[in-house]
Amino acid sequence: MRTSEELLKITDLHTGFRIGDNYFDAVDGVSLTLRKNEILAIVGESGCGKSTLATSIIGLHDHNKTRVQGEILFKNKNLARMTEGDFNEIRGLEIGMIFQDPLSALNPLMRIGEQIEEGLIYHTDLTKNKRRERVLELLNQVGIPNAERVARQFPHQLSGGMRQRVIIAIAISCKPQIIIADEPTTALDVTIQAQILDLLIDLQKETGAGIILITHDLGVVAEVADRVAVMYAGQIIELAPVEELFANPKHPYTRSLFNSIPQMNSGNEKLNVIEGIVPSLMKLPRQGCRFAPRISWVPESAHEAEPTLHELSEGHFVRCSCHNHFYFKGEKEDIHHELYANK
Amino acid sequence: MWKTIVRRFLIMIPQLFVLSLIIFMMAKFMPGDPFTGMITPETDPTRIEELREKHGLNDPWYEQYIRWIGNAAQGDFGMSYTFKRDVGALIGERAVNTFWLSLVSVIILYAIAIPLGVLAGRYHNSWLDRLIILYSFVSYAIPTFILALLFLFFFGYTLGWFPTSGSVDIKYDPGTFGYVMSKIYHMLLPAITYAVLATTTVIQYLRSEIIDAKTQDYVRTARSKGIPMKKVYSRHIFRNSLLPIAAFLGFTITGLLGGSIFIETIFGYPGMGQLFISSITSRDYSVITALVMLYGFLALLGSLLSDIIMSIVDPRIRIE
Repeated sequence: MRTSEELLKITDLHTGFRIGDNYFDAVDGVSLTLRKNEILAIVGESGCGKSTLATSIIGLHDHNKTRVQGEILFKNKNLARMTEGDFNEIRGLEIGMIFQDPLSALNPLMRIGEQIEEGLIYHTDLTKNKRRERVLELLNQVGIPNAERVARQFPHQLSGGMRQRVIIAIAISCKPQIIIADEPTTALDVTIQAQILDLLIDLQKETGAGIILITHDLGVVAEVADRVAVMYAGQIIELAPVEELFANPKHPYTRSLFNSIPQMNSGNEKLNVIEGIVPSLMKLPRQGCRFAPRISWVPESAHEAEPTLHELSEGHFVRCSCHNHFYFKGEKEDIHHELYANK
Repeated sequence: MWKTIVRRFLIMIPQLFVLSLIIFMMAKFMPGDPFTGMITPETDPTRIEELREKHGLNDPWYEQYIRWIGNAAQGDFGMSYTFKRDVGALIGERAVNTFWLSLVSVIILYAIAIPLGVLAGRYHNSWLDRLIILYSFVSYAIPTFILALLFLFFFGYTLGWFPTSGSVDIKYDPGTFGYVMSKIYHMLLPAITYAVLATTTVIQYLRSEIIDAKTQDYVRTARSKGIPMKKVYSRHIFRNSLLPIAAFLGFTITGLLGGSIFIETIFGYPGMGQLFISSITSRDYSVITALVMLYGFLALLGSLLSDIIMSIVDPRIRIE
């Protein structure tokens, strides 16, 4: 199902926020490609820069407080250098975006139909009647029954799941080649989550669009993604096809994430956690392995001075060499205890 | 919805009744009566006493109240002691003056405040925003009577651009074109003064609403559709930011009849505010009570109107 046709190529992207007089990079040297027909998941904790990466691609950041450097190549245009006006030719038409919170992402004073129609007014030559038809078609496409009635309703009259379907309808209204979904299921309950994910997969198959799915939910990743990029502190620390990542996670951070998922049958009462917290943007280490402070028991010599991505197997990249020397804290201590006891 | 409106009107009856009782008692407890001001060394005290007896002012207050409320319920608010005229007609005449003055004031107010509020909100933290904030604070800090006197002195007296008192030039006959123009001409200076002073609330509300709306998720959704920023403002941000102003609109409309005591008194404009002040100083009970009853009714009506307006502009609010 994967083809090699590249839709989007990000090279060494830095997105910094201005705090006082300095810029602090929330996205710090990210390189990624999105191919046609694939769902690329970007995972990471809150504050790792995954949403910032998404808003940089579509230009939705606050231009006065944000600095975007590097290259985001789409159809031979560098989105990182685009002005707000140029972006309007691309946003909605060629890149659609789905947001996290469907409760607040729709204008409370506007009818559903109007909100879906809005993008069509600016990006297509459809007449008013044709636009109406297209709106109903879209509502049907995202699985909303009673499209005619819903089009006349206001957002507060719909449930969360329905509203997220409306947001998706807005995102796909002009048949974009890229869809960015920023935590599309986080605000929904589990049964609705599954429905929305199925809908995304179906739409992806129908349209052949490339989807960037931003999430912190590994369950979601396993269900829908083709490839996964794991982000930590503004950098991609591991990138692999989904089966490979789940079967063979390498980076200490990825492994810690998997290790911290509660297991139903393990009988282990204790929840495994990752030590420490995600450093704030201003306190982010700018040199060496960013994850080093949170695995302090691993000797410093295990890390690279300037960690780079290494390709371990085809399409599986890992940053820094520390994964070769990583062990979970408990493991080594147990060994240490055993050794001590034996002496 | 109609049911609710009728019910709200019915609830107003006991509210107005309590108000009338309080107002009547307070008016009666004020020292002095309409004839106090007429006493001079030559006045025969027995004559005053006769007048008091004749007008029923020596009766117990509850008898006076029952007499008054009975007539008021039939729309008869009695005669003004000072103007020697029917109170209803007197108030009606003043209300028309005040209504037109207030209408012009409110139009000028929104014409100034809405663009300024929108600009300040849209370009917030810019020098333009700071300038508008400065203006709104200065206009908020100046007492009404100071600015009114300054305007009156400067534009009315020194420059002579505007008339300094009255509501119309007496040389015109009612109904002619010149009469209407003269009316508008007399309204302008008081209206501008009022508008300049009242802009702060509207500007500040609109500004903070726009700053708030700009960061809302639905604005980000609108931007993600690729529609021009101008349209994002007009279709999404502006509409949502007007909600709190719409919430006040009912009071603004009924307030059109209330008039401004300061403005009307200083500009010598024969409106409701001026009538209110003069009726209090002359202990003109029938006028005072009728006016306060009217103000009370307008306040209740204003809140009902505001609710109705909100239910029209905001689909989330429905009157059940």
